[in-house]
Amino acid sequence: MALNRDFIGRTFPPSEPYEVSRVKIREFANAIGDSNPVYRDPEAAKAEGHPDVIAPPTFPIVISLGGSALADPELGLNYAMVVHGQQSFAYTRPVHAGDVLVCEATITDIRSAGRNERMDVTTEIKTVEGELVCTAHNTLVERPA
Amino acid sequence: MTAKVNYDDVEVGTEIPAQTYPVSRLNLVMYAGASGDFNPIHWNERFAKSVGLPDVIAHGMFTMAEAGRYVTDWLGDPGAVIDYGVRFSSPIVVSDEEGATLVVSGKVEEKLDDNRVVVALTARSAGQKVLTRARATVRLA
Repeated sequence: MALNRDFIGRTFPPSEPYEVSRVKIREFANAIGDSNPVYRDPEAAKAEGHPDVIAPPTFPIVISLGGSALADPELGLNYAMVVHGQQSFAYTRPVHAGDVLVCEATITDIRSAGRNERMDVTTEIKTVEGELVCTAHNTLVERPA
Repeated sequence: MTAKVNYDDVEVGTEIPAQTYPVSRLNLVMYAGASGDFNPIHWNERFAKSVGLPDVIAHGMFTMAEAGRYVTDWLGDPGAVIDYGVRFSSPIVVSDEEGATLVVSGKVEEKLDDNRVVVALTARSAGQKVLTRARATVRLA
């Protein structure tokens, strides 16, 4: 089903604040099998100049993949048929434990590609104080049902 | 935030030794929990096959994370990653008994100012490229 083109350019309200914890970073590092001490040991992280343990580069996906914005029935996205097309992150600095982050997602494009629909979403991940930490771009591909 | 690789020690074309990462169902279950992506195509073989997949497949973001780990293992400090992006071209199919194998290799594609370089990554599983246009921009020492 065609996605609603009226959503192109729409920015959704910021997400609920998400507090990044040492425990969640460690769980994520364990899941990707990464034993780097800067993800686990605050002293090792501080030795590298970080304020606390930092998160792996792809960690922001935990808080930035779509969320409730894409669940708007007016958009017409059938999530069961969605696959991930592209993903990128541009970092101002690494995410670290103790950050309290909010995401603000904007749909930047919706287009047809063959029988698929492709939607680009840009998400700004900021601290609650307003510091930009990371900008994520993703492309979701909806296959025909 | 200091990478253990020196900018002056790499050239365009410098290759980073390939690494092999085994992928098991357990990895995918752990990644589902850690990431919050509980789509059953990543842990339920019956469901995956019912939607036309050959078997359970890895999360694209799991694959991206492993290729990212390849870069950060080379760098030493993950804080030196400035930009990282991929296209997902083919899934990693993870069988119950044997799992799967991901092989990642990379080379320096471009040297930029301010000690930055662009690393081009290749990620393959079962002979297929699972990522395309995989690039990390990193700051070297």
